[in-house]
Amino acid sequence: MSEREQILGRIREALRVAAPKPGLLSGPGQRVPAHEKRPTDFSPWLPAVGDSFEERAALFAKNSAELKTDFQLVANRDELQTKLLALAHAEGWKKIATHAGELTNYAFAALGLPVVQTGGRYKMDELESSDAGITECDALVAQTGSVVLSTRSAGGRALSVLPPHHVVLARRDQLLRDLPAAFTALKQRYGSSYPSMMCLITGPSRTGDIERILVLGAHGPKKLTIFCM
Amino acid sequence: MKISLFIPCFIDACYPQVGISMVKVLERLGHQVEYPEEFTCCGQPAFNSGYWDEARAVAEKVLAMYRSAEIIVGVSGSCGAMMMTFYKELFHGTPLEAEAKAHAAKVWEFSDFLVTKLGVTDVGAKFPAKVTFHDGCHGLREVGLKKQPRALLAKVQGLELVEMDAAESCCGFGGTFSVKFPMISTAMGEVKCDSALKTNADYIVSCDSSCLMHIQGLADRQKKPLRTMHLAEVLAKQ
Amino acid sequence: MSTVAETFKETARRMTRDLRHRSWIQNALGKYYIGRDEKKARFQNWQEARQAAAEIKWDAVNHLDKYLEQFVSKIEARGTKVFWASTGQQACDYIVNVAKKHRVRSIVKSKAMTGEEIHLAQALEKSGVEVVETDLGEYIVQLREEAPYHIVFPAMHLTRHEISDLFNKKLGSAPTDSPEELTMIARRTLRKKYCAADMGISGANFAVAETGMISLTTNEGNGRLSTSLPRIHVALIGIEKVLPTLDDLALFLPMLATAGAAQAVSCYNTFIAGPRQEREPDGPDEFHVVLLDNGRTRLLADAEQRDTLHCIRCGACLNVCPIYKNIGGHTYGTTYMGPIGSVLTPHLRGLTEWKHLSFASSLCGACTETCPVKIDLHHHLLQNRRNAIRCKSPWWEKLIFKGFVILMNYPLLYRLGVKFGWLGQKFHWLIKGTKLDPVYAWTQSRELPPLARNSFKDYWRRKQS
Repeated sequence: MSEREQILGRIREALRVAAPKPGLLSGPGQRVPAHEKRPTDFSPWLPAVGDSFEERAALFAKNSAELKTDFQLVANRDELQTKLLALAHAEGWKKIATHAGELTNYAFAALGLPVVQTGGRYKMDELESSDAGITECDALVAQTGSVVLSTRSAGGRALSVLPPHHVVLARRDQLLRDLPAAFTALKQRYGSSYPSMMCLITGPSRTGDIERILVLGAHGPKKLTIFCM
Repeated sequence: MKISLFIPCFIDACYPQVGISMVKVLERLGHQVEYPEEFTCCGQPAFNSGYWDEARAVAEKVLAMYRSAEIIVGVSGSCGAMMMTFYKELFHGTPLEAEAKAHAAKVWEFSDFLVTKLGVTDVGAKFPAKVTFHDGCHGLREVGLKKQPRALLAKVQGLELVEMDAAESCCGFGGTFSVKFPMISTAMGEVKCDSALKTNADYIVSCDSSCLMHIQGLADRQKKPLRTMHLAEVLAKQ
Repeated sequence: MSTVAETFKETARRMTRDLRHRSWIQNALGKYYIGRDEKKARFQNWQEARQAAAEIKWDAVNHLDKYLEQFVSKIEARGTKVFWASTGQQACDYIVNVAKKHRVRSIVKSKAMTGEEIHLAQALEKSGVEVVETDLGEYIVQLREEAPYHIVFPAMHLTRHEISDLFNKKLGSAPTDSPEELTMIARRTLRKKYCAADMGISGANFAVAETGMISLTTNEGNGRLSTSLPRIHVALIGIEKVLPTLDDLALFLPMLATAGAAQAVSCYNTFIAGPRQEREPDGPDEFHVVLLDNGRTRLLADAEQRDTLHCIRCGACLNVCPIYKNIGGHTYGTTYMGPIGSVLTPHLRGLTEWKHLSFASSLCGACTETCPVKIDLHHHLLQNRRNAIRCKSPWWEKLIFKGFVILMNYPLLYRLGVKFGWLGQKFHWLIKGTKLDPVYAWTQSRELPPLARNSFKDYWRRKQS
């Protein structure tokens, strides 16, 4: 018998005795009636989010400020270009990395800097030495200030995590309410064939491993900038 | 309402004034109390030490002696929790399971009984002192005591309540734990005492004499200026 | 008493006297409490969320066979190689062989408690491969050649000065007292390791059955890098990690972050569904998932404590445990420390040798109260105690409790006992606090309350007459 069959056999044997339902022994302060059916809609318990775009954008901005993400709403392509150029100038970018996409194509044309494209196979050290990685995304999540992206939407796995500055270009219709909405969107978009990696990025890379003091840029990007157009 | 008392063994032997205070307060409120004199112990020491058969042997008698009681009120959060929560586990899958559940439904901890069941917060007590309140773990987490004792203290004339940081941290008693791992138990008690000392309170008040026994015992040994008093004693003061 | 238990007591004695350690840990966790409460308050209903999380985990664990098969068939369909390991040894052997087959020389490892559990790094190092821990805290304790102090904050017991000295000695960096500079030293060193590594090893926080994905949570981005750059990725996962659906992550990711690290959600939550797919520019050519039993089915068979397998390893129970805070993470001598470790370890490593952990608790219940998936931790400690006593109980203790039953079941005897005790205590001072003292375990550090001259029962009799 294969190891797989043995393990599954032990599991089935073990499960012949039913386990008590959870929460029965909770103290009075924490007792909540058991749900009739296994819950599937978590929105009523998770942190609240307003309905309008303005409320979502305001919450995203508030979360970004806490997370030390630079979040900017831009009205149109001209404003995006101005802000991107200002950022490139302020940080002294010499080389950027990006992938093919409607917004990213526009951005790298506007910047006019040497570029590493991660559409096909690329050299890792070329990417590593880029000043910024510019990607698109699948969604933004107001509830948590997160960016949702995948290998398909953001030019592979490494582009969004290897360069020291990650710049995300998003459209305003991508700004979703909450985490349940984000997973629904991923299912709708990729359900028939998932990419090998999807990711929820919430702020620049961080650690608190030394004396519980927050330091940004532990391994991933030290900076995260999001332009929402 | 006829109230049956349960007085835990160590309160009977070491802190009778706590039980007496409870009787006084209940009688002051016009209630009739009775006390099954054959009650000794709820069985918790054996239960917590893993000796469930022995604990059952003691608990069975407890179930029997309170069988006809309407309402059982006790003066300890921990022993109350034993009857309310742990009896159900102890008798799970035994013929007495249903009775243990019925018994649990009749048991009240003193402060919870006053506030939740009787709706009384002002028992006419007067005690001019600054006190801090220690939430005994069993009372807090198994019985749900948090607001009730504070509501009672708020109505005591002249009393000022100052909360300590570590109000909800365990004092380190933990029954037989305190003698099996005295070093850990003592360290936990020190954390508690330090937090209480910071409030400059005259007394640490709690619903559990077992916690207070540990805190007082430690404070006395380390010559820390801390005094402890059970909530029932505070409420009996006039 | 077994030696493991003796060592535990010995170390606990030392650690509880270390006041610097005590205040260090209290302070470190003080910040966590504030953040956690603030993040919890953002939930519209934390208690409902906990109940839901517990119910979903209950569903997952109580249909484990079904969900595991679903997970495996989905993730295999994308070219992932799945290996089932009954024991830690089998898992180690398999991973060592994968490394050998691909001539792997260096490995970057993202934090994985399962790896600690089966001593994976040691097995790989023995076969001549370099293994570098990439989580900053793990990297620090690896350089110190010690075990993690905490399952989420491995180096929380160390000061910046100790870390600076360590980096100075091991990496040759200049001394500094800035946590930021120290982090950058590690960043620079580990960057080179990522780029050179042939294999990345990770654990997984969840395994999604519906879609066949692992979900990996990190804050530093080390999980992303370890699973993006090397040509082989191996994920070592306990079989209990399954979640039924992708949507469930919408609940579990914020709960894990809130309970574990006082964050709304962790920085990187990565969902890996396979090796690099066609038309994808990067990612590993091979992806191996190792499903680890290693005693978990034994725990599954204990219906009473099956919910222990709901654990999402957030570490929240450690953070609130007064025992953990006073004795520290290393004293346990286990992979999983704190309340969850005290419940789990006797199942994974044997009750006889590890039962002392279940007794070393005041049963305060702070762990059960905080657990985001509602594991009845302190009840399980009680059950472990009962099981331990059923297996084997010291004769003298058994005698004491037999005596206890007799004393308590004969009220007359009890009353006599109290009176006798009252007389006896008059002579207690002669031996109090010495080894002759029958209650030395108490009186070595605390005063004993005197027995009252008149008991409550005496009062009641007088009152009735």
